[in-house]
Amino acid sequence: MRDVAVVSFAQSATRRDQTRNEVEILMPVLREAMAPTGLTTHDMGFTCSGSSDYLAGQAFAFVSALDAVGPWPPIQESHVEMDGAWALYEAWVRLQHGDIDTALVYAFGKSSPGDVGRVLALQLDPYVVGPLWPDAVSIAALQARAFLEAGHDEKDLARVVARSRRNAAGNPHAQLSGEVDEATLLDEPLYADPLRMHDCPPISDGAAVVVLAAGDRARELCERPAWIRGIDHRIDVQALGSRDLATSASTKLAGQKAGVGRVDLAEIHAPFSHQELIVAEALGLNESTTSINPSGGALASNPVMVAGLVRIGEAARRLSAGEGERAVAHATSGPALQQNLVCVLEAS
Amino acid sequence: MTAEPITGIVTPIRLDYTYTPGTAPSGFLRGMKEGRILGRRCPQCSKVYVPPRGSCPMCGVEFADEVEVADTGTLVTFAVVNVNFANRVIDLPYVSGEVRFDGSDTTSMVLVQGIPVDEVRMGMRVKAHWLPREEWDFTFANIDYVEPIDEPDADYDSYREFV
Repeated sequence: MRDVAVVSFAQSATRRDQTRNEVEILMPVLREAMAPTGLTTHDMGFTCSGSSDYLAGQAFAFVSALDAVGPWPPIQESHVEMDGAWALYEAWVRLQHGDIDTALVYAFGKSSPGDVGRVLALQLDPYVVGPLWPDAVSIAALQARAFLEAGHDEKDLARVVARSRRNAAGNPHAQLSGEVDEATLLDEPLYADPLRMHDCPPISDGAAVVVLAAGDRARELCERPAWIRGIDHRIDVQALGSRDLATSASTKLAGQKAGVGRVDLAEIHAPFSHQELIVAEALGLNESTTSINPSGGALASNPVMVAGLVRIGEAARRLSAGEGERAVAHATSGPALQQNLVCVLEAS
Repeated sequence: MTAEPITGIVTPIRLDYTYTPGTAPSGFLRGMKEGRILGRRCPQCSKVYVPPRGSCPMCGVEFADEVEVADTGTLVTFAVVNVNFANRVIDLPYVSGEVRFDGSDTTSMVLVQGIPVDEVRMGMRVKAHWLPREEWDFTFANIDYVEPIDEPDADYDSYREFV
């Protein structure tokens, strides 16, 4: 395998953005990510993006987003209708071909124009479950119920939320942050039993950009590149009733294939509080030795289609800044952690 | 007893959105409300885009100044439509054209009226026919159609880039 590293990362602040369109959100982030490399988008050997046209209800939004890149003369480019973490995976595979040394990965998502809970219902099987229009929060609540009944306590969920808010206070891109007391959280009313509002992510619009480079090119472009030591993604069966919602077999397998081992920090893409605990368990993480979601994670900021790529970018950025030597980043897609990607990074 | 096979089901899908055009397109839509066609110029290649989206799609840079273009232009290409599609009630046949408004470097799809279908031609000079002022809204539909004006046809080389 060819050594590939994250050499630059940028992300937008996240909020409900009622002024800018997706291209306008993406443009400054793209510029910010390119700046430290001294390269332009036309120097990139490959470009790959992740987004979903259903979020903002704009047909071919993924094509329009290329306006931000300026794809003329024509460039080598691809898109996944998934979180940008999977676009990064495609770019990593493309770099393995050996004929190019750099790749640009970006993701954007504008959830605020539509009802994102309903939009995500379109991921469900279109014959039996989809026509019932179960929204994303209700499906997460089914999973949370299964998780609690498997022997967990709602105090664990409150602990995840309190840590997310506390960590997010140091993250200028986060939407929700601050000191919250676990007992106070548990006094809040139920929103979708057993979830409370704070167990669910905010509605976020945003974009993120990662620049990848291989071998010596990575060392030229970045003082301390975050090398991808393992990357793998796996998927569980589609039917919600055909798998144990309290655990994540696909995360566990992806983690084994990527070779997680001991890590200094973990960025987990868990839009709902209980999901962080399911993923941490599947990856064999221990909070006493691993800093979990130092950015605050998706509970603090959840631009759909972007938040997974942000986990990889955040983990890489922290390693490049010397916050640790080895990290794991996780991204999820589909209802109730159906599909999971695990990326192990190292810097030294 | 054998059940009849199910060969299909109908599952209605509806999603509602509150559209956010963005900063640059909003300028265009506000112009429409005032009966003006507003584009934006790329600071790198100087091309004027109508309507602008957010950045120059050729150069990948943010647009600079807003530019007003004329409501006269050149019909660069067109199609004669002989089949109406759903919910569209226009007398057949009609002409759907791509018009480059003077001062713009993009074309817009507009209905062509005021001339027999078999006399429409590439390079024909046209002018926007606006809906009555009291009907103007934040939409390109304020331009009901374009119609020919009494000017010589444009030279092919002046619009070949848009064909």
